[in-house]
Amino acid sequence: MSGSGLSFSGITMEFPGVKALEDVSFSVQPGTIHALMGENGAGKSTLLKILSGAHVATAGTLTLDGAPRRFGSTADALAAGVAVIYQELHLVPEMTVAENIFLGHLPARGGWVDRTALRAAARQQLQFIGEDIDPATRLGDLPLAQRQMVEIAKALSRGARIIAFDEPTSSLSEREVQRLFAIIRGLRDRGCAVLYVSHRMDEIFALCDRITILRDGRHVETTAISSVSRDDVVQRMVGRKLADIYNHQPRTRGPVRLAANALTGPGLSAPCSFAVHGGEILGVFGLVGAGRSELLKLLFGAAAPTDGTLTLDGAAVTLKSPRDAIAAGIVLCPEDRKKEGIIPCRSVLENINLSARRRTARGGAIIAEAWERENAARWIERLRIRTPSPSQLIRHLSGGNQQKAIIGRWLSEEVRVFLFDEPTRGIDVGAKSEIYALLQRLAADGAAVIVVSSELPEVLGVADRIAIMRGGALVDIIARSEATEEIVLKKALPQEISTAA
Amino acid sequence: MSLSSSRPLPASGLRLLLDRAGMLVVLLVLVVGCALTIENFLTWVNLRGLALAVSMSGMVACTMLFCLAAGDFDLSIGSTVACAGVIAATVMNGPGGIAGGILAALGFGALVGFVNGWVVAQLGINALIATLASMQIVRGLAFIVSDGSAVGIRHEAFFALGNGTWLGVPVPVWITLGCFVLAGLILERTVAGRNILAIGGNAEAARLAGIDVARLRMMVFAVQGAVAALAGIILAARVTSGQPNTSQGFELEVISACVLGGVSLTGGVGRIGFVVAGVLIMGVVQNAMNLLNVATFYQYVARGAILLAAVLYDRRKRQRG
Repeated sequence: MSGSGLSFSGITMEFPGVKALEDVSFSVQPGTIHALMGENGAGKSTLLKILSGAHVATAGTLTLDGAPRRFGSTADALAAGVAVIYQELHLVPEMTVAENIFLGHLPARGGWVDRTALRAAARQQLQFIGEDIDPATRLGDLPLAQRQMVEIAKALSRGARIIAFDEPTSSLSEREVQRLFAIIRGLRDRGCAVLYVSHRMDEIFALCDRITILRDGRHVETTAISSVSRDDVVQRMVGRKLADIYNHQPRTRGPVRLAANALTGPGLSAPCSFAVHGGEILGVFGLVGAGRSELLKLLFGAAAPTDGTLTLDGAAVTLKSPRDAIAAGIVLCPEDRKKEGIIPCRSVLENINLSARRRTARGGAIIAEAWERENAARWIERLRIRTPSPSQLIRHLSGGNQQKAIIGRWLSEEVRVFLFDEPTRGIDVGAKSEIYALLQRLAADGAAVIVVSSELPEVLGVADRIAIMRGGALVDIIARSEATEEIVLKKALPQEISTAA
Repeated sequence: MSLSSSRPLPASGLRLLLDRAGMLVVLLVLVVGCALTIENFLTWVNLRGLALAVSMSGMVACTMLFCLAAGDFDLSIGSTVACAGVIAATVMNGPGGIAGGILAALGFGALVGFVNGWVVAQLGINALIATLASMQIVRGLAFIVSDGSAVGIRHEAFFALGNGTWLGVPVPVWITLGCFVLAGLILERTVAGRNILAIGGNAEAARLAGIDVARLRMMVFAVQGAVAALAGIILAARVTSGQPNTSQGFELEVISACVLGGVSLTGGVGRIGFVVAGVLIMGVVQNAMNLLNVATFYQYVARGAILLAAVLYDRRKRQRG
């Protein structure tokens, strides 16, 4: 080992009640793309935060080009040539692209910003990564993919030699992903060390040279990507063999539970009719903007339908609010957990009991504390929510455990229809298989389950029938036995393209 | 809060106690310090005066706690205190009598609060802006109703509400104690209380969990208005008149006390213990400065400095945790 590049040795990070990282050691060589994989809660984000100076490790050393470093802030890390590019981009939407790239070190003459120099320098940085963006554009007017390019240009303008990406492709289209990969490969060829964090196995194998796997805050393995298979990686991440991750089992289908008749509303371009049976899982697939989440919002009373009716177990229901829907036994696990699911600053216990407590409270008003403790403990145990205690603030939990807490919230109710919007987004493989098993169990217990997902294998894996949406309309519903990736995708793609193909 | 069970070290136990008790520890230290160093501090007369001095901000801080917990703000309470006093005095002197005056003032306060809540929760106007507007409107109403001058009250029986005592303790202090107990129970033990904290923590998630967000926020504002009016009525009884220009800056005093105690300005985090501590710390400091003959001008500086110090302390504590 030449001692150049980045190496972690004996990194340990303790938070109150949780050991997020324990004695993690590995190196990232310059001129390589190094994958970092692990389940949620395995410690990837914590490691990135130590790298970027957001956290200071409890023990261990970070060595950069042979010299031990200790970053007290993001500015320290940047000055040393380390940049971390996060999922949520750290840019200012109101400022121009050029200003964003040089944020914090704007070219200036005697305190006045040198606009000409700024624009020229920004253009140069953008050309460097092969992006043709006008530096004078307001950042907020750019599509997300291009904003990411701006973030990369910003990192390079600081002379970053170690660049870490945290799930950079989660909201990019296939073509944008390919562009991003070309840029990342370019960074490698110029001698940067790239640390790449993602859950997407395809990307890891297509892009990376080496891989490090973490599990439960410990280092499992660092090796060349060519020496491992996908199954090896998954196995090392979860520490056990995963047979069929989707765990689909045939179930007996009950009578119709929820039926939509010519339902129309915001985000839908055509009246939508379908029925879900008790004991059935209906998958809903569509591209971004196909109206999937909008349909769920209508079924949950979170948006008002302009026309059409809903029947639940044969009786017509009108849902004016989520409150009505929950009372009728229809619940939603939303796509964006942080924004729409959890109350971050409250405990796991409170998040679980948030809805059902209205029924168990004495006189509908006074909290039944014994029941609340019992109920929270029950779901923490049954759903295997990993938390040091029920009073832990939920924001300290990993995404998978937050999702389980929300599911626990709904299992505390008497539910007839479960709506899941992207139930496994940002969740690691191990927690994913637990959630799939849970979906199967909910259906087996007689609930109607609707699962919206943008991951085709997931829809095909969990659903009994698949509804396909395109451009705000429900175009077809096909049975599991007839569905292949090709058929479903073809129906979901805009028509002119699919007929041309 | 069973985090301590895994590590029974005495040092972490003490730290946990400090963290949980928060500003109550600071209050205790402050009181002991004053008792030991300031003559006449620990006398019945002085303590009674201290309690009476904080009774108004104490009762309104209780409802401000709910407002802040829900992620809202209310700047109109100072004006409501003044206008409620004027209305109570005016109605009382007319045909309404004592009961009529009190009811009219309480109703007015609740109405102001309800309108605040409606503008904030239904029309979606930022609470800071909405109540900044109503603060000026209500202050204007106070001057209009009173024609710009104090309205003397003719019913002597009414003054007992402000100046009477029960078991040697002033009536306003009893009312404030009642408010503390009631607010604590509602926040900690009722569905409405927990739901208000959830709204402050994440309003959209609360809505999607079936909580009637708009209705609860309006209720919080309405109760806040009514309690501010109650404070105004008691103040009128103490000074035997309705004063249209009283209690300017009262809203900042109340919000300061809440924040000083550790109530989060961004919502979702708050306890009644925080408010009690905040109100009393403010009161003790004020009282100590009076006993030490610190000039009023310096008192403002000291109060601001204490608020800043408390918030910095709280932030450091949270970063450490």
